[in-house]
Amino acid sequence: MIAPAVSSDQPYLQLSGITKRFGKFTALSAITLAVERGKLMIFLGPSGCGKTTLLRIVAGLETQDEGTIVQGGRDISRLPAMQRDYGIVFQSYALFPNLTIFANVAYGLVNRRKGQEAIKRRVAELLKLVGLPDAGPKYPGQLSGGQQQRIALARALATAPGLLLLDEPLSALDALERLRLRGEIRALQQRLRVTTIMVTHDQEEALSMADKVVVMNQGRIEQVGTPQQIYREPASAFVADFVGKVNVLSAIAEGAGRFRVGSLVLHGATGTESVAPGTRVKLYLRPEDVLVDGAVQSNLNAAPGKVIKVEFLGAFCLVTVALIGAEDQPLVVNLSRHSSDEMNLAEGTALQIGLPPDCMRLL
Amino acid sequence: MTTVAAPLPRGRVKPLANWEDRLAQGLLLASCAVLAVFLVAPLAMILVKSMEDKSGAFVGLQLFREYLQNAALRDSAFNTLWVALVVTAITVPLAFTFAYALTRSCIPWKGGFRLIALTPILSPSMLAAISFIQWFGNQGALKSWMFGNTVYGPIGIIISSVYAIFPHALMIVLTSLLLADGRLYEAAESLGTPRLRKFFTITLPGARYGLVSAAMVVFSYSVSDFGIPKVIGGNFNVLAIDIFKQVIGQQNFNRGAVVSLVLLLPVLLAFIVDWWMQGRQQSQFSARAVPYAPKPSRGFDTAMLIFCLVVCTFMLAVLGMAVYTSFIKLWPYDLSFSLRHYIFGLIDGGVIDSYFNSLKMALLSAVIGTTLVFGTAYLLEKTRGMRTLRAFVRLLATIPMAVPGMVLGLGYIFFFNHPDNPLHFLYGSMLILAASTIVHYYTSSHLTAVTALKALDNEFEAVSASLKVPFYKTFFRVTVPVCLPAILDIARYLFINAMVTISAVVFLYSPDTKVASIAIINLDEAGELGAAAAMSTLIVATSAAMCLIYAGATRWLLGTTQIWRKPPTPA
Repeated sequence: MIAPAVSSDQPYLQLSGITKRFGKFTALSAITLAVERGKLMIFLGPSGCGKTTLLRIVAGLETQDEGTIVQGGRDISRLPAMQRDYGIVFQSYALFPNLTIFANVAYGLVNRRKGQEAIKRRVAELLKLVGLPDAGPKYPGQLSGGQQQRIALARALATAPGLLLLDEPLSALDALERLRLRGEIRALQQRLRVTTIMVTHDQEEALSMADKVVVMNQGRIEQVGTPQQIYREPASAFVADFVGKVNVLSAIAEGAGRFRVGSLVLHGATGTESVAPGTRVKLYLRPEDVLVDGAVQSNLNAAPGKVIKVEFLGAFCLVTVALIGAEDQPLVVNLSRHSSDEMNLAEGTALQIGLPPDCMRLL
Repeated sequence: MTTVAAPLPRGRVKPLANWEDRLAQGLLLASCAVLAVFLVAPLAMILVKSMEDKSGAFVGLQLFREYLQNAALRDSAFNTLWVALVVTAITVPLAFTFAYALTRSCIPWKGGFRLIALTPILSPSMLAAISFIQWFGNQGALKSWMFGNTVYGPIGIIISSVYAIFPHALMIVLTSLLLADGRLYEAAESLGTPRLRKFFTITLPGARYGLVSAAMVVFSYSVSDFGIPKVIGGNFNVLAIDIFKQVIGQQNFNRGAVVSLVLLLPVLLAFIVDWWMQGRQQSQFSARAVPYAPKPSRGFDTAMLIFCLVVCTFMLAVLGMAVYTSFIKLWPYDLSFSLRHYIFGLIDGGVIDSYFNSLKMALLSAVIGTTLVFGTAYLLEKTRGMRTLRAFVRLLATIPMAVPGMVLGLGYIFFFNHPDNPLHFLYGSMLILAASTIVHYYTSSHLTAVTALKALDNEFEAVSASLKVPFYKTFFRVTVPVCLPAILDIARYLFINAMVTISAVVFLYSPDTKVASIAIINLDEAGELGAAAAMSTLIVATSAAMCLIYAGATRWLLGTTQIWRKPPTPA
C-alpha cells in the first residue's frame, strides 16, 4: 500500500451533513461520520434505512443534496465516480459475463497503460490472493456464486484503491458460502489494511466482521460503535431490538432504582436511581442474561416462573417463561442444550428466574 | 489539514461536469433530435396541413366538415372499420386455436406447423391478394367456390388480410399461452376439473391480455394496410386507398391530410386500449412457475391436428399459388413451366432495378436502424441524468406503433418536401425511404433492445466507473457482445420489414429509388400479374434467405463469441 499522505490521526474518510431526498422522501438526513484508515466499517440497518444510498453517495453513483465528503484529505463531494479512488463489489457480482476471469480482473488495469507483463503478474497475484489461482481462463458463468464474488473482490482490488466499498456482498450466497467468505473478506481486509465500508442487513455479519458498526434507521444514524458496544450498550430501543434478541418489560419507576413490573418490583442497574417515581419506562434484557434455577442464587431480582413454550434450536433452546406476578409479559430465556436437558424443561415446568440488575438497560 | 472542518456548503450540491456524462447526454439529445425530426415534425405537419387550404391559408376545421359531408369518403371510413372488425373477428380466434394446439395438445410436427404459419411475415401483403386473385378471381382455379360472388372487394380484402396478419396475431397469443403455470393445471386436475372448465378458468384468463393485444394489432394492421385493397379491392374503397387517391391521384394534399387523420384515429384508439390493458396486467408468471406439459388425449389431439393441417394447407396454398404463378407461362391458358415473368417481365423491362433498390434500402434500414435503436435504448437504460428528456425519448419510442405507415409517409412529404427545410435534399433519396421504414418499425425494435439491456446487470456501468473505464469502452467490450443476439434480431426484423413494406414508401419513392413493393403495385396495375408474382416471390426468397443467415449467424455466435453462455461445468 502507498504510504499515507495525511497524518494518521485524521480519519481517512469524513462524511459531513450528508442529506439526500427523493422527492418528498428523505433518504438520508445530515449524516456525519468518520472512517479511520485501514478499518472496516459496516453500515447496518433494515432495508430502506438509507445504508445503500449512503454507500452509493460515497462512490459518486448518487449525488447528495447537501453535505461534503473528504477522502484522504481531498474533497470529493462533487467529483464524478470516475475521478474518485475506490473499488466496489456488488451483491450481484456484476462480473462481465463475456470476458474471462483474467480479463475481468484486468479490466481496470488495461486502461492504465501498464505493460502486458505487469498486468499478467498483477492478475496472477490477485487470483492467488482470493484463493482461485487457476480461474484465469474460465468464464464467470462457470464459477459458483462464492467464487464469482471472490473474483469481483479481486477486480475491485486490482488497481489498489484507497477505499473498498462492499454493497451486501454476501447476500446472494447460500448460508455455508456466506459464512466462509465473510471470514475470508475480513482476513483479506486486515492483511491489506485497506479502508473498507460494507453494507449489510445481517446483524451477525456486522458483529463478526466490523471494526465499527453504524446502525442506521430511517435515514439517520442510531449508533456508531464497536460490535461489543452495539450489542452490550445499545444506544436506543431500535438498536437493542434490531441487533440480537431482547426482552422488553414495561415498567413504572418507583424511585431509588426500583421498578414495578406487574406486581413484581425489580432493581435496576446502578445509575437508574435518578429516574423520577411514576415514570413509565421500558427495561431491556438479553435472553442469555436471564438466569435460571441454580444460577439464580442470591440475585436481587429473583422470581418464580413457569415455562410456557420450549423452542429447540440445536445448540441451544429458547424458553418462554411467564413470571409469577407479571404473567402478561412473558420472558424469553436462552439456555444451552445441556442445561435445558438437565432441567428437563417442558411446558408447565416451574423454575426460579433471575434478572441481573446490571444487565437490565433502561431506554 | 482544514478540509475536514470546512463549513458545509449551502444549497444543493452540484456534481462537477465530466465529459463522459456530457458525451452520453449529448448523444441522447442527438437521438431525441433524430426522432423529433423524423417522427414528431412530420406528424405535426399533417395536423397543420389538415387545417389549411391549397393556397396555405388557415381554414380551421373546414376540411373536416367537407369530409363529413362527402358521402363517398364517409362510406370508405365505414368500409374500413367493418372490414377491420371482421378480419379481427376471424383472425384472433384462428390464431388462438392454432396457438392452443401448439401449446396444449400432443400433436406431432409442432415446429413445422409454427414455421409454416409464420411464412406470411416474409412476403409483402400484396402477395396474398395476387394469390387469391389466382385462386378465386375472374379466371381463378376455384372460382366456383365463390358461388357467384366476386373476390375483388371486401371478401378478397378480408381473406388476404387474415392470411397476412395471422402470424403477427399468432406470435402474441403464443407468447401469452406459453407463459402458463403448469402448477395451476395440476391443482385443477387434482380437484377433478373437466377440460372445458380448465379452459375457461385458467387458460382464457391467463391469455386475456395477449388476446386483447393481438386483437388490437390485427385491427390496426387491417385499418392501415394499403397493398391488399390496392390489388384485390376492386371498387371497394377504404381509407388507405382514399389517401392514396387524394394525394397521388388528385394531388389534393390537404384533404389527404384530413383522411390520414381519420385513419390515425382508430389505430390510435387501438393503441391506447392495448397500452391501458398492458398497464393493468400483472405478472401472473411467478419465478417459480412450472411450464405446462400437455398430456395426450386422442379425440382432442386429432381435432387439433386436423385444424393445424387445414390452416397450414391454406398458408401453403396461398404462398404456393403466388410462386407457381411466377413460374408458368400464362394463367390459365398455358401452364407450362417458364421463367418468362422473371426474364421478360422483370429483367428485360428493367423492373429488376427496383428489387436491388429494395435490397439497398433494407440493408440501409437494418444498419442505420439497428445502430439508432440499440444506441438510443442503451443511452436510455444505462446512462444517467436528464430525467425529463429521458421520459420524452421513451414516449417518442412508443409512438410509431400507433402511426399507420401511410400517415407517416404523408407527413414526410409535407415536412421534407418543404422548400425551406434544410433537410430537403433527403427528399427522393434512398435515405428517406430507409428513415421512414426505421421510424415505422421503431417500437418493436426498441422493445427488443430494452428487454435485452434490462437483462444485463445494472451495475456494469458503476463497476466500470470505479475502474476508471469510460462507459463507451464498456459499451463496446461488454454491452454489445452480450446483446449481440438481440442486435441481430433487430437487424433481421428491420431488413425483412423494409423488403415488404409498402405503406410509407408509396409516397416517398422517386424514379431512381423505386422499390420492389412499388413495382408489384405498378405491375399489377399494368395487368402483369405473373411478373408481380415473380417480384413477390423474389422478396419472399430474399426474406427467407435473411432468416437462414440470421439463424446461421446466431448458431455460429453461440458457438464462438457467446461461449460463456454455456452452463457451468459441474465442479
